[in-house]
Amino acid sequence: MKGSNEDSAQSVNGSSIKITDVTQDGDTLTFAITSQKSSSSAGVCVFRTYEDFEWLQQGLFSQEDVPGLQGVIFPPLPSKPLPSTSLSQAKALKQLGFLALGDEWMIYCKALELYLQQVAAHTTLSKSKALYSFLNSSESPGKQCGKKGILNRLSQAMEEMRKEGHKDVDEFFQSERDSSTNLSALFKLSTEKFLDVVLNKQRLALACGHFSTSLHLCVNQDNPTAVAFSKICLKLSDIIEAVKINYEKVSDNDISTLGLGLDLESRYQEAKREMLFRRTCKLVELETANRNSERAKPNKKAIMEGVQKATQKEFDIISSVAKQEIEHYHRDRVSLLRDFLICWCEKQLSTARESSALLSQHLDACKKFAV
Amino acid sequence: MAEDREPPPLADAVQTDFREVEEGEDLFVSTVSTLSPTSPEPASFPAEDISTNSNGPKQEILLDDDQEDLFAEATEEVSLDSPEREPILSDGPSPAITPVTPTVIITPRVDALFDRSLDEVKQISINVLYLFSIIQAFYFCLQGDGMNAYMAYKVTTKTSLSLFSRNEFSVKRRFSDFLGLHSKLASKYMHIGYIVPPAPEKSIVGMTKVKVGKEDLSSAEFVEKRRSALERYLMRTVNHPALVKDPDVIQFLENTELPRAVSTQALSGAGILRMVNKAADAVNKMTIKMNESDAWFEEKQQQFENLDIQLRKLHASVESLVCHRKELSVNTASFAKSAAMLGNSEDHTALSRALSQLAEVEEKIDQLHHEQAYADFYLFSELLGDYVRLITAVKGVFDQRMKTWSKWQDAQVMLQRKREAEAKLQYANKPDKLQQAKDEIKEWEAKVQQGERDFEQISKNIRREVERFEKQRVKDFKVVIIKYLESLVHTQQQLIKYWEAFLPEAKAIA
Repeated sequence: MKGSNEDSAQSVNGSSIKITDVTQDGDTLTFAITSQKSSSSAGVCVFRTYEDFEWLQQGLFSQEDVPGLQGVIFPPLPSKPLPSTSLSQAKALKQLGFLALGDEWMIYCKALELYLQQVAAHTTLSKSKALYSFLNSSESPGKQCGKKGILNRLSQAMEEMRKEGHKDVDEFFQSERDSSTNLSALFKLSTEKFLDVVLNKQRLALACGHFSTSLHLCVNQDNPTAVAFSKICLKLSDIIEAVKINYEKVSDNDISTLGLGLDLESRYQEAKREMLFRRTCKLVELETANRNSERAKPNKKAIMEGVQKATQKEFDIISSVAKQEIEHYHRDRVSLLRDFLICWCEKQLSTARESSALLSQHLDACKKFAV
Repeated sequence: MAEDREPPPLADAVQTDFREVEEGEDLFVSTVSTLSPTSPEPASFPAEDISTNSNGPKQEILLDDDQEDLFAEATEEVSLDSPEREPILSDGPSPAITPVTPTVIITPRVDALFDRSLDEVKQISINVLYLFSIIQAFYFCLQGDGMNAYMAYKVTTKTSLSLFSRNEFSVKRRFSDFLGLHSKLASKYMHIGYIVPPAPEKSIVGMTKVKVGKEDLSSAEFVEKRRSALERYLMRTVNHPALVKDPDVIQFLENTELPRAVSTQALSGAGILRMVNKAADAVNKMTIKMNESDAWFEEKQQQFENLDIQLRKLHASVESLVCHRKELSVNTASFAKSAAMLGNSEDHTALSRALSQLAEVEEKIDQLHHEQAYADFYLFSELLGDYVRLITAVKGVFDQRMKTWSKWQDAQVMLQRKREAEAKLQYANKPDKLQQAKDEIKEWEAKVQQGERDFEQISKNIRREVERFEKQRVKDFKVVIIKYLESLVHTQQQLIKYWEAFLPEAKAIA
């Protein structure tokens, strides 16, 4: 992750942001967030709920003094966490995917942590007052009703769907849009499939547990042969238990590395698509302004031209910001995926080695087992 | 799929070394499993007078207690795979499933299975040696056409017992022949207390699919499952010291032509067990309260009841395990596909490469899951299923004992009546009827004695059989567990290889 690069009193050290704790009170989760400024080693700890995060995201969207804000790829905020009771487990999985898994919201916290780190690492966004307030203010800022920013998460109405396919004037952007649409769908699909695999492994672990327990009940001390048979059943029970633990570890590894990575990548792809869409909308606006300007009656012409010039300027700034953003995005995502893939592989490798050693031990013991 | 394949000549099979295996032998390639260190030398085959003329279940077949253990110290192994499989497996990958090392036993050879052009048969091979037996299986063939087609199994026996005229021979048998053999053995031996191993179940659905020529994986699975079940059945039968000497068994193994078993519907394993169960029910419904003088029998019956329940539970657990593993295999394959698509679409070269590698790794893992599912199934599910059926046979034998007891009791009651009748006739003056009554008394006295003898004999037999059964059970389970562990260890080691290969790819993403 890029560290912050300005040494002002306000800037925060992005990599120092950690979510150290989470507590659940009924339906609400409260996160403890610690961070350090880049200029000092003193740490600050604040407590925030999900509403506060939403407030932050809104704040970032609605910064008014930033030119070309619409060209920024905003780090994606994870969806609202649903406290998982047995009824809403399926619902939670549907909404949050991998983030709903794992013990005690650990994965979800990790995702939130990454979100904050990404915001803090962004050249433009890290300077936002909202971020500062979020990380440092002892009061919870989320209670205020934030004004709706111009960049709300866009729900694509029918009209906007039409704009999605609008042809671009710039080849670079057209190809980015096409590849974005394609990749985004593929990543989403892969994430879902991987989630299926992981859930299946968890079910398998459960089935192993049942089998192991059933074996444990096959104990009978009536005569020497029964004793021997019982010993064998217990041995097998241990083995199946080992298999179960292995599956649990494997699926935990999956969730905390590749699962998280794929989920993040999917959401980031979405964020990029949203940015490109905003730019496309601006393009449509520009082309409309151009047409209006051409067709304007002489008395309105000056105004129309003014509008046209302003829109052109906005569009150009947005495009230039967007281009930069895209370049950063490509670089960041590759390194992010790389880290996750390496981590995944290393963890699975170590688990496989452990399991292999343990099972080999069992095998040796069994061979020596005198009947 | 129909590749021309020559059956490996039996000569190769003979060269398999049946030497005694040391404890530490690599069990991946050899099928002979652990011999206990105390097992005697192969040469020490007791010079017994093995009468092959016994053809009835009567007294002639009584085994002495010392003779019982023809194979006692031998590790009897119901081996599920064979070294001979290696030449087949390594002949090239089967189209549906990539073959792996021989201990992962079960991947059906889809390509070999449907080659009807060469007259290849599905083989089952029994080696009945001094100490241990090994079963191998090769191909099969479908003879005839349409619904009259039937599967022929080649049963190959290798033996050094003098019971047989040659050391090595093979015959063709069909499924109904196996059922026929079982029915004969059951009718001869069950009522004197021998635990006759039950034959595999008939399955109309499975066979029809195969006959109709559905060349898919489930048919191949079915055929392999059946072949394996028949092998185990035969092995259990010949491992029984009394049954192996039975002329029907010898005929089954040796004779080229066997009279067709008729009305196999009634002779199917299920049919026989139904008969036994009906008899048991009938016995129970009669108002016999058997005075059990021997606590051993009471205890044992209870134990077997418990064991039955336990095994059924275990079987259900394993089935669920197998189901989940198969599901996992499907899901992993699906994920692998989507990862492959990602790899293709990704612009960044190194990332694209890594994603494609990921897809490959996942495909290989899917393969492992697939094989592990087979291992779970064949090793445990089939073993547990076999034992559930065996226990039903054991229960049947206990019921036979009850029946024998009740027959004895009935004879006693009859005798009593005849004595009373005679006593009455003593006072009436009818000398000829008196004589008849005395004759009848003699007749029934003999029957009572016979009844008692039968009862004692069956009790004795059952005790011995149960002991043998219990020992065998422990051995069987131990063998299967070791095989299972080996397949688990193998899977983990493969996984390690895959991950080690993938790691540099992931690190290479720049």
